[in-house]
Amino acid sequence: MSISEKREKQVYTDPPLIQGDPTFHSITEDISVIPEKKTPTWWYIAFAVSFSGMLMLLGMIGYLVWEGTGIWGLNVPVGWGWAIVNFVFWVGIGHAGTLISAILFLLRQRWRTSINRFAEAMTIFAVICALVFPGIHVGRIWAAYWMFPLPNQMEMWPNFRSPLLWDVFAVSSYFTVSLLFWFTGLIPDLATLRDRAKGRIKKIVYGVLSCGWRGGNRQWKHYEMAYLILAGLSTPLVLSVHSIVSTDFATSLLPGWHTTIFPPYFVAGAIFSGFAMVVTLSILARKIFKLEHIITVRHLEFMNKIIMVTGMMVGYAYSTEFFIAWYSGNEYESFAFLNRAFGPYAWAYWIMISCNVFVPQLFWFKKIRTSIVPMFIISIFINIGMWFERFVIVISSLANDFLPSSWDYYSPTIWDIGTFIGSFGLFFTLFLLFLRFLPMISITEVKGVLPQADPHFHHNGKDNGKAGGQG
Amino acid sequence: MAQIFPKWTNNTPPIIAAVVLFGAVMAVGFVWYYGSPEYTDVGYRPIQPVQYSHKLHAGDFGFDCRYCHTSVEVSTVSSIPPTNTCMNCHKIILTNSEKLHPVRESYTSGMPIEWKRIHDLPDYAYFNHSAHTRAGVGCFSCHGNVAGMEVVTQVEPLSMGWCLDCHREPDQHLRPLSEITNMKWTPPENQAELALKYKMERNISPPVDCSGCHR
Repeated sequence: MSISEKREKQVYTDPPLIQGDPTFHSITEDISVIPEKKTPTWWYIAFAVSFSGMLMLLGMIGYLVWEGTGIWGLNVPVGWGWAIVNFVFWVGIGHAGTLISAILFLLRQRWRTSINRFAEAMTIFAVICALVFPGIHVGRIWAAYWMFPLPNQMEMWPNFRSPLLWDVFAVSSYFTVSLLFWFTGLIPDLATLRDRAKGRIKKIVYGVLSCGWRGGNRQWKHYEMAYLILAGLSTPLVLSVHSIVSTDFATSLLPGWHTTIFPPYFVAGAIFSGFAMVVTLSILARKIFKLEHIITVRHLEFMNKIIMVTGMMVGYAYSTEFFIAWYSGNEYESFAFLNRAFGPYAWAYWIMISCNVFVPQLFWFKKIRTSIVPMFIISIFINIGMWFERFVIVISSLANDFLPSSWDYYSPTIWDIGTFIGSFGLFFTLFLLFLRFLPMISITEVKGVLPQADPHFHHNGKDNGKAGGQG
Repeated sequence: MAQIFPKWTNNTPPIIAAVVLFGAVMAVGFVWYYGSPEYTDVGYRPIQPVQYSHKLHAGDFGFDCRYCHTSVEVSTVSSIPPTNTCMNCHKIILTNSEKLHPVRESYTSGMPIEWKRIHDLPDYAYFNHSAHTRAGVGCFSCHGNVAGMEVVTQVEPLSMGWCLDCHREPDQHLRPLSEITNMKWTPPENQAELALKYKMERNISPPVDCSGCHR
């Protein structure tokens, strides 16, 4: 055995990302058959439920416009209620998609290919849900265009020093870039669906959407460059969007909000919640669509590790907040945090701590982070915990502000709750439509991580083992 | 495999881009022009219950605006005169005029004439006539040359932007207090200097924050 051969033996090789000995053709079949086959009954049931939720949301918004924000549990001193909690919650969920698609792409993490498509779809739909809330929480929706710097007869201009305006730009540019990124990635797969389509309408619709893709060399060259550029563009956005969302709070003077740790802490929390949502959805999707060989337990394990890391970052941020509150020597700051943990909202605080800090620690055990049922339950806990994190930040800081005489206990009304549930209806309506009509996994990219895609495959592989090392 | 799309569809992307671009420009232009108060409000000239001519009274006869609009210097509103004010003269002059029939009717019945309001600001904008007249802003600045109007017409847009233009740079509109009702007054050559003086004397600092007008 020569030295080079010995070395080759010693090199650790990852197990294959895609299991079940796939070929290029089998991947195409497995994925494109999902939108092609007859609509399953469960889909109609799920769609009916989600669509009712969406209609409820529209009804809630209609009544809100008619009656005003007084229907919510808002009052002095809590002027920001569930609308902002839900906004931050949804924007946070919308972070995993771009992290997976952009940052992991630039870092050449090949495992992203199995999950990036629907993580990106999830991102876009979550951002749509998020955008609903700042739009409606202004109360006078017809004045919502004031958020944009549009020339008008009032000569009124948004305040560029306000983080609320930065938010408008951060979230809308994030949405635009995510949508472009998602669509660019879809083009080759849409062309696959077009070529396989039987019906005329399907051919035309997929034909228009695939923008004349033929899969020629030049097209691939441009496509890959465009994809790389978009990945580069979205990478800073992953970090900027939630940083800016956090400045909504951090640039205020309210104890509990006025903290410099907010931007990184929010970004970590966003990635944390986003990955939890991806895990929740991908466990369901791989089961329902029998894609366990493409979204393997290994993929889920990778995500669980990220969840564990970001969960600990979030836990660290929670403790830093307390440390700084004590270290600052400022009694109002200290009060804000003690009040959080032991005051009227202590129940919410401890739900948050349990779900976000304690529960993810279970992922230290390989058994737990590689078995489906526990990780599904944990991911749900994290989703709940991260909603409560925003609830704790928004509500507990406002409810006990500077003037003890105005302190009050915030409780939501049926309209708050209905609007939040309705936003899940909107999310799942869009997500189900996506599952039904678009390839939920990137066919092209999964093919790219198959062993066959390696240019040296035939040299190293079973065909011609002896020639190894020469290629 | 048969082609799905005929060859001309190759041209659709630039056509769509052009249409969208053109449409966007047209939409902006449409709203900009037709949606602005300069289009929607300027030139508003309703038919009044009495064919009263400001040109005749204020222009040819030279009545001061304040003969009828008495409270313009002391109140938020510049009052619409009661029928009595008309009858000060019209008890003696043109007592049989057909045009003055509604005025006499109002005088005998005691029911005021229902004039149509032309310069109407939204309820959420608090405008105070006395604050403006005492600062030396003439009637002309907002109402135009009423003394030359047979029928009163709105000549300025009265939009928020229009208000703010003057609140930011009032210099050209500040007059000696004796000239506020003078329709023929024009800024003298040293207006900039005078405006500075007026601002000091009258303590003028027009608000440009929201609560200046939306209280």
